[in-house]
Amino acid sequence: MSKSSPDTLGSAARGFRGRIRGLRPFSIGGFPAEELERRLLELGFIEGAPVEIVHQGLFGRDPIAVRVQTATIALRRREADAILVDAIHA
Amino acid sequence: MPDTALEGAVAQRSLRVALLGNPNCGKTALFNALTGSRQRAANYPGVTVERKEGAFTTPDGRAARVLDLPGTYSLRARSPDEVITRDVVLGRLNGVQAPDLLVCVADATNLRIAMRLVLEAKQVGRPLLLVLNMMDLARHRGISIDIDALSAELGVPVVMSAAVRRGGTAELLAAIDRMAPTLAPAGEQAWAAPDAAALRAAQREADRIVAATVVVPDRRDPLTRRLDSVLLHPVAGLLILLVLLFLMFQAVFAWAAPVMDLIDGGFTALGALVGDAIPDEGALGLLRSFLQDGVIAGVGSVLVFLPQIAILFLFILLLEDLGYMARAAFLMDRIMGGAGLHGRAFIPLLSSFACAIPGIMATRVIDSRRDRLATILVAPLMTCSARIPVYTLIIGAFIPDRPVWGWIGLQGLVMFGLYAAGIVSALLMSFVFKRLIWRGSPNEPFMLELPDYKLPRLRDVGIALWLRVKAFLRRAGTVIFAMMVVIWFLSSVPRPPEGATEPAIEYSLAYGIGNAVEPVLRPIGFNWQIGVALIPGMAAREVAVASLGTVYAIENADEDATQLGQALAGKWSLATALAFLAWYIFAPQCAATLAVIRRETGSRKWAFFTFGYMLALAYLAAFATFQIASALGAG
Repeated sequence: MSKSSPDTLGSAARGFRGRIRGLRPFSIGGFPAEELERRLLELGFIEGAPVEIVHQGLFGRDPIAVRVQTATIALRRREADAILVDAIHA
Repeated sequence: MPDTALEGAVAQRSLRVALLGNPNCGKTALFNALTGSRQRAANYPGVTVERKEGAFTTPDGRAARVLDLPGTYSLRARSPDEVITRDVVLGRLNGVQAPDLLVCVADATNLRIAMRLVLEAKQVGRPLLLVLNMMDLARHRGISIDIDALSAELGVPVVMSAAVRRGGTAELLAAIDRMAPTLAPAGEQAWAAPDAAALRAAQREADRIVAATVVVPDRRDPLTRRLDSVLLHPVAGLLILLVLLFLMFQAVFAWAAPVMDLIDGGFTALGALVGDAIPDEGALGLLRSFLQDGVIAGVGSVLVFLPQIAILFLFILLLEDLGYMARAAFLMDRIMGGAGLHGRAFIPLLSSFACAIPGIMATRVIDSRRDRLATILVAPLMTCSARIPVYTLIIGAFIPDRPVWGWIGLQGLVMFGLYAAGIVSALLMSFVFKRLIWRGSPNEPFMLELPDYKLPRLRDVGIALWLRVKAFLRRAGTVIFAMMVVIWFLSSVPRPPEGATEPAIEYSLAYGIGNAVEPVLRPIGFNWQIGVALIPGMAAREVAVASLGTVYAIENADEDATQLGQALAGKWSLATALAFLAWYIFAPQCAATLAVIRRETGSRKWAFFTFGYMLALAYLAAFATFQIASALGAG
């Protein structure tokens, strides 16, 4: 995994454009993996959807704001690590 | 035929409609457009979720009642609000009759997430109608939707609306009229909480339907993009947020002052009127005292905060409708997260600067119970406006008014320090709670949709503001009023004997309590007079000022705080004054806040816990302040 093509949305830089390859939910601080997957799906994070990181916070570049088709979703990088992505090279 | 049977039944009563939709879909604007002023807010039985119900009449003259259900992404129900939505939709909420017609509201500019909810709602088996709201915006952005194809794909009637435009609900009303005569009773209920696989399948189907029926130009709303490049900028965004907060406080304190003076003056005049009308002797004297000191002064001392609360809510509602509040949560998430708080806790804590009561009520937006509780527990630590009279009195009397640096004065610096101490202790306590009480319980993720910016509509803001003001007035008239009566009773009964020379309060039950607790208060530098003043301060913190006035037997204490200040300066040591300030940073004794905590958490336990931990902190802080100040020679 080279720096130019991150494996997860959580490790991607601002301005990253890509497509969701899959969800790899894991338990975060006791929060169940299955529930994390359901919440991501409910906000439209699904295989094949194009994503773009449009904003990020000041501290630790966290949280991030992600454009998923017609919606903009804010989430922490920790949770975005459950979203596997492929970069789209323009 | 069942259809005719239902038609007959519905003709006898109003048609029941429920509005279901994602957060930010413009559902409430549509609700307001349908019902106008014919709406009321109450609570669902047994819970504190707001029940918004309204009435309207269709063009055919059909009477309808409509429920504005809390917004949700799924019927799966994660928060108390969403449980209500699910149970109403499924027709299994006690005390609420099942809707005849479900109206799914979708933001036409953002259809794919909404479409999944529509598919879920279809499984419920009730008559369903899909409204594509904000069509005006969608058209403006070049989004075109094939309504007939969409309706055919879903097997559900679809209409367009623009809730914010005049006549924007005409199509919806016409559709209700078309559907009403043939509304089937609820069919088979096939809904079950979807697992990840079901959600995935449903979202795929939703995406397929959207792809087949909607043409969306591939770009973001240009206005939102431009605004966000500044407002969500890592540095500039935070600075702008700080400036906005500063403006908000400036408004809360500066704009509210004249109205507050007016209300205060009104109640003082009313009290004087009653005082003139009823003689101060015997049983009539007791009645006079009850009306004057208990009812009028008591209710007045709470109502005086109405202007501040209204202005604060006005700002919050405007920023909310603009779409900025989600951005504020985004900007603050990391800072709040360091203290174990959720980004969404930002707004409730902000509101608590005016009064912890609206702040605690605003925690309903937080999904996770743990995050919500943590916010509720620390909200009373934010310096509410009721502490201001106390701070002003003590600072004015004991802190010399001299410049420290440039235009920054010592008095202002102390005031700022008290505010900062409140904020720091709130963050610290939530950190401690997270480590001690909720150790090992799951961390709620922060996920939030950032809606496109929209110009707030005056009518929607006005209606929402009025509902909140009404809720505050209702509380002031019930819980808070009852508390005031109890406290008046303690401070006025028994009455002083004929020819008594001491202030009346020295003969009361409160005096006995004040004296009883005096030994406990001595290590923190408080005398019995302070002990007595703390009791009426239970009703509302600033009442302590008036009580100190009573105890020190000074005429017109609340009109002339400087006079009381001078008296205190002669009677208290600096160490006592500083300890009193330190006590009031925590000041656990606000009965109304405790009552709201009990109601919002649904248990007495958390109200007692809040009281206990704040009392302990207040005592510790006052103790440390008094002992250190005394050791430094301020005793």
